[in-house]
Amino acid sequence: MARSFSPKIVTANALIEGDVIYLSADDTWTRDLQSADVITDEADADVRLISAASQTSVAVGVYLADIEIHPDGLKTKHFREEFRKLGPSNYFHGKQAG
Amino acid sequence: MYKYNDFDAAFVAERNKQFRAQIERRISGALSEDEFKPLRLMNGLYLQLHAYMLRVAVPYGTLNSGRMHQLANIAQRWDKGYGHFTTRQNIQFNWPKLPDVPDILDALAEVEMHAIQTSGNTVRNVTADHLSGAAADELEDPRPYAELIRQWSTDHPEFQFLPRKFKIAVSGSAQDRAVTRAHDIGLRLVEKNGETGFEVIVGGGLGRTPMIGKILRAFLPKADLLPYIEATISVWNLLGRRDNKYKSRIKITVHEHGIDEISKLVEARFKELRPSFNGADQSLFDHIKPAFAAPAYKQHSTELLEQNYSNEPVFRAWVDTNVTAHQNAEYGIATISLKAHGQTPGDASAEQMHLIADLAERYGHDEIRISHEQNIVLPHVHKSDLPAVHASLKTAQLATANIGLISDIIACPGMDYCALATARSIPIAQQIATRFDELKLEHDIGELKLKISGCINACGHHHVGHIGILGLDRAGVENYQITLGGDATETAAIGQRTGPGFSADDLLPALERLIAAYLDLRSEPKETFLQTYRRLGATPFKAALYPERAVQANAA
Repeated sequence: MARSFSPKIVTANALIEGDVIYLSADDTWTRDLQSADVITDEADADVRLISAASQTSVAVGVYLADIEIHPDGLKTKHFREEFRKLGPSNYFHGKQAG
Repeated sequence: MYKYNDFDAAFVAERNKQFRAQIERRISGALSEDEFKPLRLMNGLYLQLHAYMLRVAVPYGTLNSGRMHQLANIAQRWDKGYGHFTTRQNIQFNWPKLPDVPDILDALAEVEMHAIQTSGNTVRNVTADHLSGAAADELEDPRPYAELIRQWSTDHPEFQFLPRKFKIAVSGSAQDRAVTRAHDIGLRLVEKNGETGFEVIVGGGLGRTPMIGKILRAFLPKADLLPYIEATISVWNLLGRRDNKYKSRIKITVHEHGIDEISKLVEARFKELRPSFNGADQSLFDHIKPAFAAPAYKQHSTELLEQNYSNEPVFRAWVDTNVTAHQNAEYGIATISLKAHGQTPGDASAEQMHLIADLAERYGHDEIRISHEQNIVLPHVHKSDLPAVHASLKTAQLATANIGLISDIIACPGMDYCALATARSIPIAQQIATRFDELKLEHDIGELKLKISGCINACGHHHVGHIGILGLDRAGVENYQITLGGDATETAAIGQRTGPGFSADDLLPALERLIAAYLDLRSEPKETFLQTYRRLGATPFKAALYPERAVQANAA
């Protein structure tokens, strides 16, 4: 039986702006977590990661992050990803500022 | 202040031109990220959690109004209107975009600043006592030596690919305000038989393996400074571990080989190198030194200070807490707190930077210092001008009277910005400062150095805090370990861990119990937290932090 695989997204920082980006289903990048493509299969995750990492003119530091699927949308699993999604807690800067 | 000569200006301009072309090639796709990363790091450009971060060196913490105005301009034009001053006397901009960085570097070059060697495995920004050239207890201004080291180490061909980064700090006073014992090399000006020279300390450092530096040479003649440092770094450059980055710093080399063996190797290498320094370094030093001459102090009555001091309690509290004795009895050293309760330690808005620059120009002989404790210093203010300086600072939330107190917290950027962090530091610092301000206790508590790092790398100097806090990730939750008894001064010590960490919610109540215990345990109000800790040991403080355990132990 296959090992259980927790759902993942592909994330990185944008080369030009440096901000957080997520891989969409069509292999383009989005700044909105809710538009990220959720990968539920391990083999698929490997392929998508390699493909995303090859987009070196757009994305830097590509990696897989755990995600939870809730009725009201996607939620990051680790607090580090939550901060990346929002921005810093000391100023209303970054993604939370729109 | 040292002024660039034609060579310096041309060197920085050439480096900026090179980096501009490297960025263009990265954007065009001609350079991969793997190829580009070492190039951007050589120029102080990091990629952090939410954006790029540009780290700009403030050499030995010295600025003038023109430089401070330009830092503010950069914050306004290319960033989000503020800068973050760090424990290495640098300023970090948290939001630059990659294509803007060459223009930012050109703007810095206009005021003789740059970001070269603020990252990478090189000799980093040379730091110095932030009260240099002003402190009443100073033997000699260490900054000319720091400038000499800066010029020698910048683009030094042998030291561009060291085993790891290398940090040097210089102090000219008996009181060590430059944390010389926690640097790769710490230099302290000392006097022997009427002559001044350097005590050379090696192998100090914080991070995952904190070490207090050891004395490599008790007295080094000043003329031997560069060959001796070159000998030390070259010995480590060959011997230092390149197989494991956690063991690559010189502190590990000294620890593994022993100070006696290192000393033997350094002295042998020094003997070889010394003749090749044929006096050019000394001529350079003679050229540098006059740039650091004391300003033309004015003579004026100090009556205005005395009047205000008697009549204005808020001003009096600020003078008592933030103004330090100056070499010139008519002057004071005014420390501007970047620790307003509830604000981010070390952050200054562009408006605040402009105001500080104006004050330096008008009242401070155009001199400004950045302290490793993340505050800003006006080193030369005539006492009669202190009321006007204070009144002006009040208008910009810069007059907090808390230097050296519990809310004067060092905090690294932590997980709010830093890609290496394992937990946040800034909100913890904000909560502690706000709480102790509400309790109106901090002046009663007195001198207390509280330092917070958001990961084991210890940029927030938690190991040498009287109270140190280390933020960690424990199974996906932020967790904070407390260390006690650390000391960053001439009596340096590494703090000891008290026990299990606290959740973010439990940390503040634990600190309140700890401080209540100190207030109860101290022999007299003058006995500082550190003195009480040293007198009594950790046990009563641990009992305050972990009351359940104390109860259990008593029951057993």
